[in-house]
Amino acid sequence: MSDTDLAAPADRLGSVSAGAALELRGVTKMFGALAAIADVTMTVRPGERRAVLGSNGAGKTTLFNCVTGDFLPTSGTIRLFGEDVTRFPAHERIRRGLRRTYQISLLFGGLSVADNVYLACRGVSRGRFSLLRPFRGDPLLTRAGELIEAVHLTAARDALVSELSYGQQRQLEIALALAGAPRFVLFDEPAAGLSPTERAELVSILNGLPEHIGYIIIEHDMDVALRVAESVTMMHNGRIFKEGTPEEIENDPEVQELYLGDGHG
Amino acid sequence: MAVTEAPGRQLQTPWIERIPAAWWALGFLLLAMPAFANNFWLFQVFGWTFILGIIALSLMFLAGYGGMVSLLQMTVAALGGYMVAILGTSGVEQISLGLPWWLTIPLAIVIAAVFGTLVGALAVRTEGIYTIMITLAIASAFFYFARQNYGIFNGYTGFNLVVPPQLFGVDWRQPTAFYYLTLGCAVICYAAVVYVSRSPFGLALQGVRDNPRRMAALGFNVTAHRIAAYTLASVIAAVGGILLVWQNAQISPGTAGIPAVIDILVIAVVGGIRRPIGPFIGALIYVLLRTFSPDVLSAFGLSNERFKLLIGLGFLAVVFFSPDGVLGLWERWKARRGRRRDPLTGKEAGQ
Repeated sequence: MSDTDLAAPADRLGSVSAGAALELRGVTKMFGALAAIADVTMTVRPGERRAVLGSNGAGKTTLFNCVTGDFLPTSGTIRLFGEDVTRFPAHERIRRGLRRTYQISLLFGGLSVADNVYLACRGVSRGRFSLLRPFRGDPLLTRAGELIEAVHLTAARDALVSELSYGQQRQLEIALALAGAPRFVLFDEPAAGLSPTERAELVSILNGLPEHIGYIIIEHDMDVALRVAESVTMMHNGRIFKEGTPEEIENDPEVQELYLGDGHG
Repeated sequence: MAVTEAPGRQLQTPWIERIPAAWWALGFLLLAMPAFANNFWLFQVFGWTFILGIIALSLMFLAGYGGMVSLLQMTVAALGGYMVAILGTSGVEQISLGLPWWLTIPLAIVIAAVFGTLVGALAVRTEGIYTIMITLAIASAFFYFARQNYGIFNGYTGFNLVVPPQLFGVDWRQPTAFYYLTLGCAVICYAAVVYVSRSPFGLALQGVRDNPRRMAALGFNVTAHRIAAYTLASVIAAVGGILLVWQNAQISPGTAGIPAVIDILVIAVVGGIRRPIGPFIGALIYVLLRTFSPDVLSAFGLSNERFKLLIGLGFLAVVFFSPDGVLGLWERWKARRGRRRDPLTGKEAGQ
C-alpha cells in the first residue's frame, strides 16, 4: 500500500476548503423516548483523523447514520465543509465528498469486484443514468482498477463478491468508500472480525491515505484505534464523554474505569 | 462481465466468435421459419409469442434487474394500443383522430411511457407486496375506467379495424410480414435489455435491487433510478401493446383486464425472471397451451374452458420445482450433466 495508489483524487480536488470538515452542533436522535445520541457537538478539521470509542449502545453508529443521512437527526445541525447538510438526502452528501463504510459489509453480492468498484466510481461522477456501456478506455474503469489494486484485490477482480472471503469483503468496503474524490470518510469498525495479519494490513491502508482525506473511525480495538488516529472522542450513553489525544485518553482514570473497570475483556 | 472485462480478453476473440453456436442455430431457425411453418403458426403462435414475450420482458426488466414486481405492464401495453387506435385510424371514426402513422406510433409510446412513469413514481415508494398491490389497484382502475368511459376509450366496445400502416407496399398484417415485424421488434427489445443491463444505468439498477441503502451511500439517487426503470419498461411494454392491437385488429377493455394482467406475471415467472430470454420461453409455453389445450381437453371429453386449469397447474409445478422458472430447470440440468463429466477429458464418468 503506497501513498501514490490513492493520491489521484488529491490532484482533481484542487483546493481543500477552509474551516471545519465536519461540524456537529447539538445533534440529537430520538427513537421513541430513547435518545440514541443526545446533544452531540464536535468539530473535525479537514485532514484530521479521529477515533470514536465507546461501548455497545454508546451511539457511535447512530452518529454515523445521522452524518451520512441514513436518518435525519431529531434536532441539531450538521455542516459539511461549511455547508449545512442537515436535511440533505444521503446521495447529495456523498456527492460533496463524504464517504462511509458499514459495520456489516453492504456490498452487491451478485456483481463482480470490478463492477462493485466501477459502480462506486460512477456514483460520484456524471452519467449515472447512461444507457451506453463504457468504452474500453473509460477513465472510470482505469480508476476502478487502481482502487482494486490499492486494497490488494487485483487477483479477485472478476470474482463475484458473494464468493470473497470475509477479510476481502472488508477490503472491498474500503475501496468503495475511496471512489471518486473523497474528502472525509467515516469508517464503521473496519477491523471487526479481521485476523491479526489483516488488521496490520488495514492499519497500513489507513495510514497510507493521502493527507487531505480526514476520517472518523469507530473501533473497539484500542490497538488499532490509537495507531490510526491523532485525536479520540469517547462516547457513553449517546453523549460525548471525553475528547483528547490518544495518550490523554489512554491515561485518563475515568476512561480506564469505564472501559476496563467492569470486567471488560 | 462485459463492462469491466480485462482489456486483453476481448481483443483475442472478436465478438462474432463469442456468440454460442446454439444462438446461431436459433437465429437461423427463426429467420427461415416462414419457409416451413404455415400461416397459422406464423401469425397466431409465433406472432403472439413474440408480443407477449415483449410485454413480459418489460416485467422481467423491472423484477429481475430492479427487484420491483409490477402488475402494471399489461395496462401500459394496452394504453399504448388504445392510443394507436385513438390517435390513428380505426372503425370508430367519431373518436379516432386519423393522424399519420409516423406521429401516432411515437405519440402512443410517449403517452404510455409517461403514464408508466407516473404510476412508477407512486409505486417505488413501496416495497414487495405493496408494490404488487398498488400496481394491481391501478391496473384494475384502468380496466374499469376504459370500460365506462365512452368519450375517449369507447367503453365496452373499444375499437375495431385497427391495422398497421401499409409501409413500403407491404401489408404488415399479412402472416409472413407480421411474423418478421414481431420478430424484429422482439429482437430489438431483447437486445436493448441485454445491452442496458451492463450499462451504468443497468448496473446501478441491479445495485439498487441488491442494496438500496448502499447505493445512496455511493452517491446514487435510488428513487430516481427506480422511476427511470419504469419509464424504460413502459416503452418496451408499449411496443408490445401496439403490436398486440395490430394482431387482433381491435382493442377493448378486456385486453387490460385482470386475467390478462395476471397472465403476464405467470408468463414471466414460468419462463424465468432472472434472464431476458425467460419471458419469451414463458410466452411460447403459454401460447402453445392456450392454442392447443382445448383440442387435447376435448379429446378427453373435458370442457374447452379447462385450459386455465392446465396453465394454473403448470404455473404451480414450475413455482414449486424451480423458482427460477423453466430457464432455472434447464440450467440445473446442464450443471448436473456437467458434474458427471470428467473435468480433464470431458468424457462422461462411468456410473
